[in-house]
Amino acid sequence: MSLSYAESSARERLAHLLDPGSFHEWLPPAERVTSPHLAQLGVPSAFDDGVAVGRATLGGRPIFVAAQEGEFMGGGVGEVHGAKLVGLLRRALRDRPTAVLLLAESGGVRLHEANAGLIAVSEVMRAVLDVRAAGIPVVVLIGGANGCFGGMGIVARCADHVVMSDMGRLAMSGPEVIEASHGVEEYDARDRALVWRTSGGKHRWLTGDCDALVEDDVAAFRAAAIAALGAARPVTPAALEAEHALLAARMAALDHLPDDAPADDATALWQALGVADAARVPELDVAAVQGLRPA
Amino acid sequence: MQWNTLAERLFGAQHGIVADGDLLSGTPTFDGQPLAVIGTTNHAPIGVRLALAQARAVLDTVAQHPGRAILLLIDTQGQQLRRRDELLGINRAMAHLGMAIDLARRHGHRVVGLVYDQALSGGFITSGLIADACYALPEAEIRVMRIPAMARVTKLPEARLTELSQSNPVFAPGVDNYVAMGGVRALWEGDLAAALREALAHTPTDDVRARDGAARGGRQLAAAVAQRVLDAA
Repeated sequence: MSLSYAESSARERLAHLLDPGSFHEWLPPAERVTSPHLAQLGVPSAFDDGVAVGRATLGGRPIFVAAQEGEFMGGGVGEVHGAKLVGLLRRALRDRPTAVLLLAESGGVRLHEANAGLIAVSEVMRAVLDVRAAGIPVVVLIGGANGCFGGMGIVARCADHVVMSDMGRLAMSGPEVIEASHGVEEYDARDRALVWRTSGGKHRWLTGDCDALVEDDVAAFRAAAIAALGAARPVTPAALEAEHALLAARMAALDHLPDDAPADDATALWQALGVADAARVPELDVAAVQGLRPA
Repeated sequence: MQWNTLAERLFGAQHGIVADGDLLSGTPTFDGQPLAVIGTTNHAPIGVRLALAQARAVLDTVAQHPGRAILLLIDTQGQQLRRRDELLGINRAMAHLGMAIDLARRHGHRVVGLVYDQALSGGFITSGLIADACYALPEAEIRVMRIPAMARVTKLPEARLTELSQSNPVFAPGVDNYVAMGGVRALWEGDLAAALREALAHTPTDDVRARDGAARGGRQLAAAVAQRVLDAA
């Protein structure tokens, strides 16, 4: 019986993804470390401020882990939420676990404490890169119903390794925000197929934006996370040059589409990147899409 | 302030900084040393193209001029809100720019950010906020969102947000709030060249923003909560 990752809470994910009973939480809900800003606004708070952080074992190896709860304010990053992430990453730098796992589910900066959230996200970015520079891999899992957006979408791509399900979404601005800004012709937020072609797991897998594509199943995420424990990728000038070349080539591919390119630009981009059967991607299952990524 | 006016006040008339569309770049001499200036103007929305152009300039500086100080000039309305940029992975392009700046820091380049006009949300995270430290001109504007828009999104009364913004810097736009919270290290006033000289000489290379925010009373929990995670049994 599989357990849907998308439909699980952050704590259910921790319970079933990590080695059974191994999660030890720091600043658990009993300590009631909550956002004073939400209280000031008269908005309900959560006793964990929407993120659980702690240590655990995964496949028998010691790791540090954070799980964002999308049901609380969309997983938005405020002052306390961000500080728990930063504290976890700094502790990883000190205590040297095998890896840091980040179960990301977030709309990005929590607008109720916007300025603090924005600074917090940048502190998380710097802390992630400090951990990577120490040779400890940071692995991000994305498969929650709220996706991984805004500043957390940037943080995710600062990690060593990204795992997504086909239900997961990874992007910067959500479709509603773009539609509000440039109209429904620019981005129809209610067109689910379009939203997933633009930001979903299959698209991110085919373009290399995620390193593993899995089913919407906690056990599948667990297996991918265990496989990623040795995934450290040093950030070197050569690595960033390769990243730059990849992003520049991708942009050029969309700039110079051939005349016979498919009408929708996601399919056209996949085709330009060498994906066979590009037009059929949305209807294919995960196993079939896994085999389509260009070498 | 116009970027050209700023450049003249920092480096004199022969600053050599040019605008190519919304991209600013140049290598003025400051106190006898070449300094790399990379930035944007016209309140540019940062899309994939502009993020890559800035990353290119940073990576070239690291490759060709080891140790050269970098000044990031910031004027952006935030990230480009387009479906095409999302399709292309704008979050990855922004992460790339941020990581290029971070790489420069780790390779011994002093990297200082300056918000000289406007800095909003996504475009700010991967420029000034990932420099060694970020500074601002007093007349600059820094925010995630205006209060009326914030009221719409959060469904909270605008009058209440405006009232709270008087006492709590986390809600309200403004450079002074970012200074109070530690996100901006200081404002540059008066002799701008002296301020740059001071920044190049004394900007810390580790991230002290949470500590600054606590010391200045604008962000009272960030440093303490991170420390509690470090100390937790």
